[in-house]
Amino acid sequence: MNWRAVAAIYRFEMTRFFRTLFQSFISPVISTSLYFVVFGAAIGSRIDTVEGVDYGAFIVPGLIMLSVMTQSLSNGAFGIYFPKFVGTIYELLSAPVNFLEIVMGYVGAAATKALFIGVVILGTASLFVDLTIQHPLAMLLFLVLTCLSFALFGFIIGIWAKNFEQLQLVPLLVVTPLVFLGGSFYSVSMLPPVWQTITMFNPVLYLISGFRWAFFGMADVPVGVSLLAIAGFFCLCLGIIWWIFRTGWRIRS
Amino acid sequence: MTMVEISGVKKRYEGGFEALRGVDLMIKEGEILALLGPNGAGKTTLISAVCGITLPTEGTIRVGGHDVVTDYRAARDLIGLVPQEINLEPFEKVINTVRFTRGLFGKARNDALIEDVLRKLSLWDKRDSAVKELSGGMKRRVLIAKALAHEPRVLFLDEPTAGVDVELRRDMWEVVAELKRQGVTIILTTHYIEEAEAIADRVGVINRGQILLVEEKDALMARLGQKELRIDLSDPLDAVPPSLEEFDLTLTEDRQRLVYTYHSGAERTGIGRLMAAVASAGLKVRDVSTAQNSLEDIFVGLVAEQEEEDAA
Ligand SMILES: Nc1ncnc2c1ncn2[C@@H]1O[C@H](COP(=O)(O)OP(=O)(O)OP(=O)(O)O)[C@@H](O)[C@H]1O
Ligand SMILES: [Mg+2]
Repeated sequence: MNWRAVAAIYRFEMTRFFRTLFQSFISPVISTSLYFVVFGAAIGSRIDTVEGVDYGAFIVPGLIMLSVMTQSLSNGAFGIYFPKFVGTIYELLSAPVNFLEIVMGYVGAAATKALFIGVVILGTASLFVDLTIQHPLAMLLFLVLTCLSFALFGFIIGIWAKNFEQLQLVPLLVVTPLVFLGGSFYSVSMLPPVWQTITMFNPVLYLISGFRWAFFGMADVPVGVSLLAIAGFFCLCLGIIWWIFRTGWRIRS
Repeated sequence: MTMVEISGVKKRYEGGFEALRGVDLMIKEGEILALLGPNGAGKTTLISAVCGITLPTEGTIRVGGHDVVTDYRAARDLIGLVPQEINLEPFEKVINTVRFTRGLFGKARNDALIEDVLRKLSLWDKRDSAVKELSGGMKRRVLIAKALAHEPRVLFLDEPTAGVDVELRRDMWEVVAELKRQGVTIILTTHYIEEAEAIADRVGVINRGQILLVEEKDALMARLGQKELRIDLSDPLDAVPPSLEEFDLTLTEDRQRLVYTYHSGAERTGIGRLMAAVASAGLKVRDVSTAQNSLEDIFVGLVAEQEEEDAA
């Protein structure tokens, strides 16, 4: 293993993040506060509790997941798309590194940034509502796994994308709807039965449900299934990336 | 010892275009090889195949004895690459991109070495500037600094002096000369024949994906020393007169010109004797002129020859 290469990529990517640290910090704080004003005050006044949990607290896991998923996805995609775009990818291709080292560097950095934002949102949210986390370790595990697997997914998008439009297409067209419809702001049991069945095909539901279980001990689907789903997604993405580097698809002419 | 060993390498791009058509090339440790060739000859493709940027369709490449595909880590450890295109992250600080390359090659951080490289390339004062604030020539030097940052044993320079002014070009030659003194093997591509003359040990000519010639520069220069004496006659000849046989003359097709080949550096060129012999043979001389081979002529001649062959 060329650990120094992993560290070099990771550090290089994180410098970019630190250059814009204030923006990275302030935007989730503002958007979280807005969610609480809108959802907490407007909807929360009509829905008191969901399955015994205060509505304001209930949306916190979904809120974190929404940001963490979109952030790690776009960070992961941009991180590898940018070298392709400016041409510095030649360095990665001609250096003594394998696909795993490149992925660890880029995906690790993308996931770290998303994790940071997730923690900022959690902190902001705890200013608005009382939060007790029943299974802190499981919470952390879900959070880290989600960051990593969505950053991996983003990495694939970044390699696939041939222009900036494509780069934004998948997050906008696929992920955001899936996250909104995945029970971020409601419990599946609140839906009519037909929709409950349809929602079961949404992979994001399993992540949000597992994450929420870690907070409140209640879930739409069994927590084991959630864990399996995210682990499966993680492996799938890793497999695709392994194939990309073996064949040189869209990177090596 | 052979440092780079390219055998039977072909490269067919996705569209079906064959950019390399069977390249064999051996590069000795510590030498400077200049690769000359017109636009589209396949110079960049060949370098890309050695460095792992593109995969050869056929053939094998070894660097320092390591296959660049199956044993890529060991091979690439040795290789530094300065690409033809200026590919740099515009917002990054100079020193950070240079450090990044060193890390990518698995080398421990070494600030003294980085400082030395940047100073040699007159970039030290610009170390904290963002890349986008540099001039074109400076950016090219950043690319060189990046390649040198990981102490390669083999350095590929793809047109390092394109768009670089004369003074800076000499500075770069100086850097190349010093690397050679340290035993680094250097392969550079160029369109400038003077550049090949100035710094190379050997010169290779490539066109349409084939190596047409690889020769010691000195041997090539000796060939360059060849001159022609052309004697234009008033009356056409049927054959070279027997009394002029010893001079190995050739008669041109219009039968009005005799051509004598000699070496300008030789002690006795034989011109005096030839002219006397021509006079005593009773030939009427209308005009006399001389012409010299240049590397350019050799180059143009080779390329034209290949094109004829391809057409046939
Ligand atoms: N990615 C690619 N896909 C298809 N064809 C390519 C690709 N890269 C290069 N070629 C073609 O291969 C041939 C050789 O290109 P190459 O860049 O190796 O030439 P070169 O000798 O470096 O030329 P120059 O002196 O202009 O840099 C050209 O005809 C070029 O059009
Ligand atoms: Mg080229």
